[in-house]
Amino acid sequence: MDKVLKNTGVHFFSSKKSASDIKGKIFVGVTQLAVILIIAILFIILGIIVYEGRAKFSWEFISSFPTNGMTEGGIFPALIGTFILVIVMSIAAVPFGTITALYLTEYASENSKFAAAVRFSVRTLAVVPSIIFGLFGLGFFIQFLGAGADTAFNGGQLRWGQPNILWASLTMSLLTLPVIIVSVEEALKTIPRELREASLALGATKWQTIKKVVLPGSVSGIMTGTILAVSRGAGEVAPILFTGAAYYLATLPGSLSDQFMNLGYHIYIMSTQSSDVEKTMPIQFATTLVLLILTLSLNIVAVIIRSRIRRKAK
Amino acid sequence: MGDICVYTISIPKYKRMNSQLPNKQTFTKESLKKQFRLSEFLAEKIISTIAFLSIAIIFLIFIFVFKESLPLFSFGNKEKAKTEIQSTTANKPETYGSTTEELKPETYGAEPTEELKPETYGSEPVSQNDLKPETYGDTPKEDLTVASADETMDAVSENKEGADKTWSTFFTTEWVPVSDNPRFGLLGLLIGTLKVTIIAMLIAGPLAIFAALYTSCFASKRVKEIIKPIIEMLAAFPSVVIGFFALMVLASFFQNVFGYDSRLNAFIGGVAMALAAIPIIYTISEDALAAVPKTYTEASLALGASKWQTAFFVILPAATPGIFAALLLGVGRVFGETMIALMATGNAALVSANPFESVRTFAATIGSEMSETVFGDTHYSVLFFIGSLLFIFSFALNAVAEFYVKGKLLKKFQGK
Repeated sequence: MDKVLKNTGVHFFSSKKSASDIKGKIFVGVTQLAVILIIAILFIILGIIVYEGRAKFSWEFISSFPTNGMTEGGIFPALIGTFILVIVMSIAAVPFGTITALYLTEYASENSKFAAAVRFSVRTLAVVPSIIFGLFGLGFFIQFLGAGADTAFNGGQLRWGQPNILWASLTMSLLTLPVIIVSVEEALKTIPRELREASLALGATKWQTIKKVVLPGSVSGIMTGTILAVSRGAGEVAPILFTGAAYYLATLPGSLSDQFMNLGYHIYIMSTQSSDVEKTMPIQFATTLVLLILTLSLNIVAVIIRSRIRRKAK
Repeated sequence: MGDICVYTISIPKYKRMNSQLPNKQTFTKESLKKQFRLSEFLAEKIISTIAFLSIAIIFLIFIFVFKESLPLFSFGNKEKAKTEIQSTTANKPETYGSTTEELKPETYGAEPTEELKPETYGSEPVSQNDLKPETYGDTPKEDLTVASADETMDAVSENKEGADKTWSTFFTTEWVPVSDNPRFGLLGLLIGTLKVTIIAMLIAGPLAIFAALYTSCFASKRVKEIIKPIIEMLAAFPSVVIGFFALMVLASFFQNVFGYDSRLNAFIGGVAMALAAIPIIYTISEDALAAVPKTYTEASLALGASKWQTAFFVILPAATPGIFAALLLGVGRVFGETMIALMATGNAALVSANPFESVRTFAATIGSEMSETVFGDTHYSVLFFIGSLLFIFSFALNAVAEFYVKGKLLKKFQGK
């Protein structure tokens, strides 16, 4: 009796096990397939853009102005415009982002309502659609601050109350603020508590501790944040659609109240509103390639620095 | 405030080094009190003020985006006051508020059927520009004086009618913002946006969640360290690049495969947006899966479940709230995505269930039409109104993801 039971039991279990093994294999296979598919798509995009863009991609392309109604020539002004944009953006966003992160890690107590609200706002900022930042830039920076400044200081003459590189950069800095805050916060958290306590025990005040111990230790985190923010800011187009990007400019922007050309905007314009989309195809792909190289390489650098920080923390 | 106190010890400096224990008597209540230092105080205040800025930005965004759409909400008595104020400062073309509504008396009489041209914008910009100065803007002075002279009551009623009219067109499907008889049918745009969102989520959701499941449950540590950064690299692709890729490559490719008519359509837009949503959904779900306590896995394995059974029946259900949050944020990303929608969806507000028809989304509408509007006219306000809707929607999504999901996760993992 016992033996029979045992036998059937074994039989029962083993048969079920083999069935579930197949199911399991299928299941694992499906998940594996998803990973492979995503990575394949990524490399296909990369491959096609590199393949189509390499013909036109050269130093001359990068360093010359567009000519002949943007159907020939290079992308120099768009590149410079993008650079100015991300530099002004970083100048505005990095200090604010760093200080906010400092507040969240150093000053905010665990269950402070205010800190929770700040955290929630930062996360909300990260998910607000980028076009909303564009609208905000138009409504707040241009119509409110810019036009207000014009009536107050320029006697109503239009100078700041129109789209320009300053407003575009500030709009972009709001968009990239959460990126910086999150990176810096992460870096600040990796600084061991013992270091802070040692500093305090030696009689340093809190601010001295932050200045001399915490901040120097988190320089790489601030750098990661800045690089990621720059990478994001260089690629975003929606926020600058109506806050300063220009279709075509014959000269480089000379002051902050000028409009500017931008790589991403250039791609958008060339591929949707150009007079001859077919003819300028190589230029479009090459421009996309330049933008992609810019954002991806920045991102890779940031990932490397970040993984170093994490390793150090362990 | 700070949790670290500055203790003052009243032992002469030269003695401090050697004294093992500070004299107990020096710790009086007075001496234990935190010493007030101006620089510390200022530093803390400045830092928390700057931290407050991010809260302020959220409010400012809402206020300023909503403010520009306010003219749509002005009816009735408030209008009267506004008109009177404006009549005194009449020569400002930029006054928002009632101006635009008042400027339209000519258009009221016009038959709604006069001209049905659904896609006039974009194709013939010249005719639009000709139309614009007549209907709104530029000549508010005479109109305002007429409106505010002794017919204020009339103006008010007309106003109400005008605002109501704009409102009533919201619930139609026709989006004809630039014409003699502008119609702002948001339904068509809503359907377009939903269509793209659903297609994108149907593709991105399963792909990203399965990939996350593989990464956190089946992949070896080494494989994981390679896969994760690569997939997250997808997030570094600017949306304009994905849009460009969809426009140039995907559109032609899928047209060859399926053989539909319109090259750019909801499906192409959905596929492209899925690419943008995958890294978000993947990262957050992966975090959620990795946060499931190890004891769950161990208990399940100890009970004789295989690895995949554990993954599917134990880890996945435990991480459901986090995955739900990931999907919500993915929806938020797709819903508000502008550049991909502008470049890959065809931008025609057609209402149909066919996924291979062109659509027009909310965000793309703002992106493509904002630069063509005149500051302060109805079209401008409607675009800002759409913007506030998008903002409220993404805010709500984030709030749900944050509070509801976090609460649930905490409860679950703490076994309450």
